[in-house]
Amino acid sequence: MAEWQQDIRFVRKEDEAYPGRLRPYAGMPGKIYVRGRLPEEGRPAVAIVGARRSTPYGNGTARTFAKELAAAGVQIISGMAWGIDGMAHEGALEAGGDTYAVLGCGVDICYPSGHRGLYERLIREGGVLSEQPPGMPPKSGHFPARNRIISALSDLVLVVEAGEKSGALITADLALEQGKDVYAVPGRVGDVQSRGCLNLIRQGAGLADSPDTILDVLGVSPAGNREPTKILLAKEENIVYSWICLQPVSLEMLVQKTGMPAGKVLSILVSLELKGCIRQIQKNDYVRTD
Amino acid sequence: MFSTILSAAVIGIEAHPVQVEADICDGLPQFCMVGDLAPEVREAADRVRTALRNTKILFPPKKVTINLSPAHIRKEGTRFDLPIAVSLLLALGIIPREYAEGVLIVGELGLNGKVRPVSGVLQTVMLARDLGCRFCVIPAENAGEGAAVSGIPVVGVDSLERLLGCLAVPEGWREQAVGREESTGAKAGYGEDFKEINGQEAVRRAAEIAAAGMHNFLMIGSPGSGKTMIARRMPTILPGLTLEESLEVSRVYSACGLLSGREGLMKTRPFRSPHHTVSANALAGGGRQVRPGEISLATRGVLFLDELPEFSRNALEALRQPMEEGRVVISRTGGTYVFPAHFQLVAALNPCKCGYYPDRERCRCLPGEISQYLHRISRPLLDRIDICVETSRVEYRELAGNEGNESSAAIRARVEEAHRRQRERYGNRGWNFNSGIPSSAIKKFCPLGSREMEIMETAFERLGLSARAYHRIIKVARTIADLEGEQRIREHHLLEAIGYRSLDLKFWGR
Repeated sequence: MAEWQQDIRFVRKEDEAYPGRLRPYAGMPGKIYVRGRLPEEGRPAVAIVGARRSTPYGNGTARTFAKELAAAGVQIISGMAWGIDGMAHEGALEAGGDTYAVLGCGVDICYPSGHRGLYERLIREGGVLSEQPPGMPPKSGHFPARNRIISALSDLVLVVEAGEKSGALITADLALEQGKDVYAVPGRVGDVQSRGCLNLIRQGAGLADSPDTILDVLGVSPAGNREPTKILLAKEENIVYSWICLQPVSLEMLVQKTGMPAGKVLSILVSLELKGCIRQIQKNDYVRTD
Repeated sequence: MFSTILSAAVIGIEAHPVQVEADICDGLPQFCMVGDLAPEVREAADRVRTALRNTKILFPPKKVTINLSPAHIRKEGTRFDLPIAVSLLLALGIIPREYAEGVLIVGELGLNGKVRPVSGVLQTVMLARDLGCRFCVIPAENAGEGAAVSGIPVVGVDSLERLLGCLAVPEGWREQAVGREESTGAKAGYGEDFKEINGQEAVRRAAEIAAAGMHNFLMIGSPGSGKTMIARRMPTILPGLTLEESLEVSRVYSACGLLSGREGLMKTRPFRSPHHTVSANALAGGGRQVRPGEISLATRGVLFLDELPEFSRNALEALRQPMEEGRVVISRTGGTYVFPAHFQLVAALNPCKCGYYPDRERCRCLPGEISQYLHRISRPLLDRIDICVETSRVEYRELAGNEGNESSAAIRARVEEAHRRQRERYGNRGWNFNSGIPSSAIKKFCPLGSREMEIMETAFERLGLSARAYHRIIKVARTIADLEGEQRIREHHLLEAIGYRSLDLKFWGR
């Protein structure tokens, strides 16, 4: 047996280890395969799902929500897909929290392959589970099916960013059928990748305006010492910082807005970056970190 | 009757002397040519014979033998038509032997006796000068090119008749000698100017720094954001060519037949932008008859690679060694060729395959596709690019307005000043610009204060910089300080330099 084959566990419905959250619903798999750990029963769990073609705004939000929730002891469940899913896992890992991925292929297969690093961290620090047997390649039919497991495993489903026909909306529908709360992060009115979320909110989904809202619903108290560390900014730094928001702003735009020379703006941006106030999401495009 | 005349072959970009010997004797009429000749040289027999007849020179039915010596050098091109004709005229006694002594001749002949231009005239005339020739005969259309060489009179002839007037008459050549224009490092005249670029303050600044330190330069931006426009204007902010540089560039262009005959030496810095389908040989130089590639044609100027990820890996890998050494060495069984390659690399790329990331309204690329696209660029090549900046979408307001933009001349003045400072600092240490400082000398020439060290330390932790990036940042900071006329690298120089750091693919799109 290869090394990877040895650490795959196999849990049947009859087993004690079988996740209790899956038991109440019909149509749940009779057996699941696991690498790493399974979600714990007693602790709250939140699914963070969303678009694969996410915007930098969505990425930042998913990461922040996951980080804060995980820091408060919430388990983060998602699907390890590109975009929001991956960001949610990363945010949770960053906070040192527990996070679990439900795959649409065998647990020995890393899909998408670009998430190799994340996949291996998940196995070590969280868990990767699937109803598909090892060796099963990813097939399009598997993904809607695994969504029902994602929603069933969690107490609440948070949709961060979704287009009009996003797969994340399937998860939200399944969650409603299973009687779970659905929350959506609002986006800008005109954005393609916000339409799904806005539709959800119109239909009555909860409005997730901050991680604390979610923690409130779950009845979990936020992690301690979250006092925002006051960073003192110089006057010019403040001028530049005030123009930067959660949507990416380009260096060129900042030069225009502030009227300062390009070299100066750039050096201020780097010093803000070093202070951790902003992030460069692409060459010379910046977003706030909070 | 035996005769001989001096000519020259151009191999690579070097000229080599060739003696053209002719012998006319009794026997069956025959025209025999020897001396390792390419087909086009062999065909000279028919061109020369016909041209002589059409110039009303009677060619006797005798046995003619032509030898091009040294016989072991491969002779290529059509430049031997004229010397062959002259050697025959000498053998026939039409041109007196003493008039053709110490004369070097190249040129192609038409059937009507007209002389056509050839490539490689510049190095040919230089060779004639170095050999101590009295004067050099070249096609009239190449006259400007030949006249650029000082220290030897040059005669431009447009037909065999003129040639006779020049060689068959005592001192006849003096009348036809080309007046030499004083070639200096003349001010460059470019068709473009930075004045025409609206907005793009950040990129302008980056371009200025790149020019000041001769740093390689990468622009990232969506289609139509002006990457090519800026690249085209890079040569305009570089200092004018010095005479030495101009000769280096002109030699390459002359060997490739790209020097326009009238202007003589190259006066502007070259700008080359090969298409992304270019092969490694076309880029670095090579081919059956080894010719300089795009990087040598871009020497002392700018090599612009648009759509960098689309270039073949082979082609890009071929750039690495020339970028380090400033020359390209091509080894073939026939010999080793060395071409200059002191170019500044300017590259452009789209942020993703469709070109619009992070604008999600238009970009439909998955994160995986984006990183796959960017990973096509070879890492070692990226490691040689010091400055990286984004070009942003142009707004209508910027397109419409066209006032108050700084001109290339104003930017060039600052760049020249920075170049001067660097020359003073480095003297003759083997590199002239900040981009060339070897890692071992960075501590000596770019010392950092304690505050600056602290910044680098934070940057390392926060931004996950690599060791290579460390040196690149300090070199760029040195250039920014030079532009400001500062002796020491200060905090804000360093911060700005960090802002130009190369794209870190690891964090792309996160």
